[in-house]
Amino acid sequence: MHTFAELTIVFIILMDLALAVTGSLSSCIRLVALQGVVAGVLPLLAGHGAPHLRAVAFAAVIISLKGVIFPWLLMRARDRSGAGKDVEPLISYPASIMLCLGAFIASSWLGSRLPLPEANVAWIVPASLATIFTGFLLITTRRKAITQVLGYLVIENGIYIFGLALFVEQPMMVELAILLDVFVAVFVMGIAIFHISREFDHIDTAELSELSDWRRGEYGK
Amino acid sequence: MLLVLLSLVLLLASSMLALSLSRNPSRAQDAGAYGAVLASLCGLLPAGRVLFTGRTDTLSLPWPVPLGSLTFNLDPLAAFFLVPVFLLTGLSAVYGVDYLKSYAGRKPLGLAWAAFNTLTAAMVLVFTAANAVLFMLGWELMAAASFLLVLFEHEKAQARRAAFIYLTAGGTGALMLLAAFSLLGQASPSLDYSAFAPLTGHAASAVFLLALCGFGLKAGFIPLHVWLPEAHPAAPSQVSAVMSGIMIKTGVYGIIRVLGFLTPWQEWWGWTLLVLGAVSCLLGALFALAQHELKRVLAYSSIENVGIILMALGLGAVAAVNGAPVMAALAFAGALLHIFNHSLFKGLLFMGAGAVLHAAGTAELEALGGLGKRMPRTALFFLAGSAAACALPPFNGFAGEFLVYLGAFKSINYSGAPALAGVIAGLSLAAAGALAAAAFTRAAGAAFLGEPRTERAARTHEAGPLMLFAMGALALLCLLAGLAGPLLLLPLGSALASAFGLPAALEAVRASAIPLVYISAAGLLLLLLAGIAVARRRAFLGDKKPAAGLTWDCGYAAPSPRMQYGASSFAQPLTDFFQPVLRKIGQYPVISEYFPAKASFSTEAQAVFYNSVYLPVGARIRDLAFRFSWIQHGRLQIYIMYIVVTLIALLLWKL
Repeated sequence: MHTFAELTIVFIILMDLALAVTGSLSSCIRLVALQGVVAGVLPLLAGHGAPHLRAVAFAAVIISLKGVIFPWLLMRARDRSGAGKDVEPLISYPASIMLCLGAFIASSWLGSRLPLPEANVAWIVPASLATIFTGFLLITTRRKAITQVLGYLVIENGIYIFGLALFVEQPMMVELAILLDVFVAVFVMGIAIFHISREFDHIDTAELSELSDWRRGEYGK
Repeated sequence: MLLVLLSLVLLLASSMLALSLSRNPSRAQDAGAYGAVLASLCGLLPAGRVLFTGRTDTLSLPWPVPLGSLTFNLDPLAAFFLVPVFLLTGLSAVYGVDYLKSYAGRKPLGLAWAAFNTLTAAMVLVFTAANAVLFMLGWELMAAASFLLVLFEHEKAQARRAAFIYLTAGGTGALMLLAAFSLLGQASPSLDYSAFAPLTGHAASAVFLLALCGFGLKAGFIPLHVWLPEAHPAAPSQVSAVMSGIMIKTGVYGIIRVLGFLTPWQEWWGWTLLVLGAVSCLLGALFALAQHELKRVLAYSSIENVGIILMALGLGAVAAVNGAPVMAALAFAGALLHIFNHSLFKGLLFMGAGAVLHAAGTAELEALGGLGKRMPRTALFFLAGSAAACALPPFNGFAGEFLVYLGAFKSINYSGAPALAGVIAGLSLAAAGALAAAAFTRAAGAAFLGEPRTERAARTHEAGPLMLFAMGALALLCLLAGLAGPLLLLPLGSALASAFGLPAALEAVRASAIPLVYISAAGLLLLLLAGIAVARRRAFLGDKKPAAGLTWDCGYAAPSPRMQYGASSFAQPLTDFFQPVLRKIGQYPVISEYFPAKASFSTEAQAVFYNSVYLPVGARIRDLAFRFSWIQHGRLQIYIMYIVVTLIALLLWKL
């Protein structure tokens, strides 16, 4: 049983790397959705014996949200805002993948140092940390607002996997609450992206610095 | 203690209620004022009981804040400060109902009352908290509520400027207090006052200095006083009364508390307090003399009085360190008594200034005059307050200063440090007293005596009944506290014992009751004589009307009110003498012809410290801050990266 779970972990790490180098916005959205689905399946594989009905129902909710509704919302936001096809990174793709690899190495070291209970699936802690770092990478080095939503979702995936490392079956209420938060957040971000593009004719967050009340030179002397 | 908590709840609930009733100004006024008055009545009982029995009342509730606990401690020292809090805020609320009436519809009165009652609640919290976290919560709440009130007339640029200066001073002070409390709590298991481990050496000195600056920024002694003369005129008058009467005393309270944590004291702390106090009482009185606006005069007088209190504390500390407990006890007793007295008379004076401002539309001394005939009761009450502020018997200002003088005179029994401290304190107190007398003669005279200098001042009316009630009550309290000096020694003694220990020396304070009895008797006699004089005058005049005529006018044919002594001309000999300190800016006409045309002159009292210390330092800090402006560039991605890097650094640091 655990071999499958471990294979899934490897798959998640590979998807992190893929996210770091993918230049097409729609592939990015699909990759994030796929990662969410895989992460949703993970608790069914990691448990002992046949999974509970509750766990199955829960996985179904997660998969439908992350695999169907979020990608649909994001695709819609992309089309409506006329965001174009590219992710427009601020740093080059090789640099992105180097950073991602570095993040993975750092998470392996960090995973061995963190005082956590013994996880029953190997590599689950480093993988979750690497996913969180990848999410941050997407947020900080991509130009468009929509990639920031994607980064946020990747971070959520990472946190979800990290939670799995600690408790195989999380208290359902807690996870549902988080999921609800994420849902609302994605929804709000979608609306915000739409409004940003309407106000500024683009969703380039780097240009949002125009909104800052800080103008160097004007204020200083 | 439960009653104090009840009054806290009442205050917070009524402030919420006032805020929710903002659409209906008169209802909001009622909610705020009734809440404040009820809370005052509720709170005065336990405070009085603790003062007279000397027993400490403690209440501790769990609080899931790290290092925090809801520990309230009503010891005699806290109770001694709570009594003026409740007296003054209750009466100010009564006063405020009339004062704010004219603002209805133009200003959010619900918000003003909410802020006022929150300010009171925060002060109660500050005085009763026995945990540093709880204390800081109250402290910041107090700063925020009073900031809103200073900003009451935010359409005036001056009010915005005052609020900004006040906010900066408050923030800087709070930072220093945080540092002081974390140093104090470093070796302690929790931040409860009772758990603070005693510090020694440089650590203790660092805490002392941080607390002195942090609390000093609230107490407002020179050179940390810059916000006072700005913020007091900007706030509504009943708020200035509370701010000047009791809120700045939270700083003094803090200094006394921290001195309590830091035993044994070091001698230079006492000298620091003494010198700062002496400088600020002298300069405060001097600056008060040069101001043109009534509320500014009062603000500088508050600086003077805080200086007197601080100087008395310093005198006491020097004496205590040098083994002169009797002298120390007298000085400390004088400081505490003066805190109480000052809160009464300064509250009264600010209310009087508010009545003038309300009636005449301005508090500029050169635009007033002759108000004594138009608002006789206000004039009487203001005169009472001024007499108290000049420490004239039979009013209360005298008793506290008298104890300080007694302490200073005790220094003749000693040689060395206590003797020097006594001489400095006695001389500064005497000089400041003389300057304060001049300042108040000038202020009260220019506003209430003579003839109106402007048409607007001639059309003034007497203050509303609630305003008169509040002022009358405070004036009566000033008189009673002045006559009942010996009776005040019992609560004073228990407050002293809880603040400074010194059990043996308390006897000395009790012994000072004997001169205080003489003073009270003399005061009563004075009142009796004044009464007889008034009665004789009435009887003598009978039905006859005194005739009104011109003052001797040197034979000049057409005297006008403009030819009276003005506030500036009254003070000119003194202000000219002190010009090197005051640095007045003046424009005087040069008369070269035999028939000079119309001319004008002006003088302006500078905010010396603000202009020559704070502005350059502020500019330097701003330049430094702009050097780091590259960090704040408005790029969202990089901001998020800052957060991530910080989080990772924290994670690694804890590994």
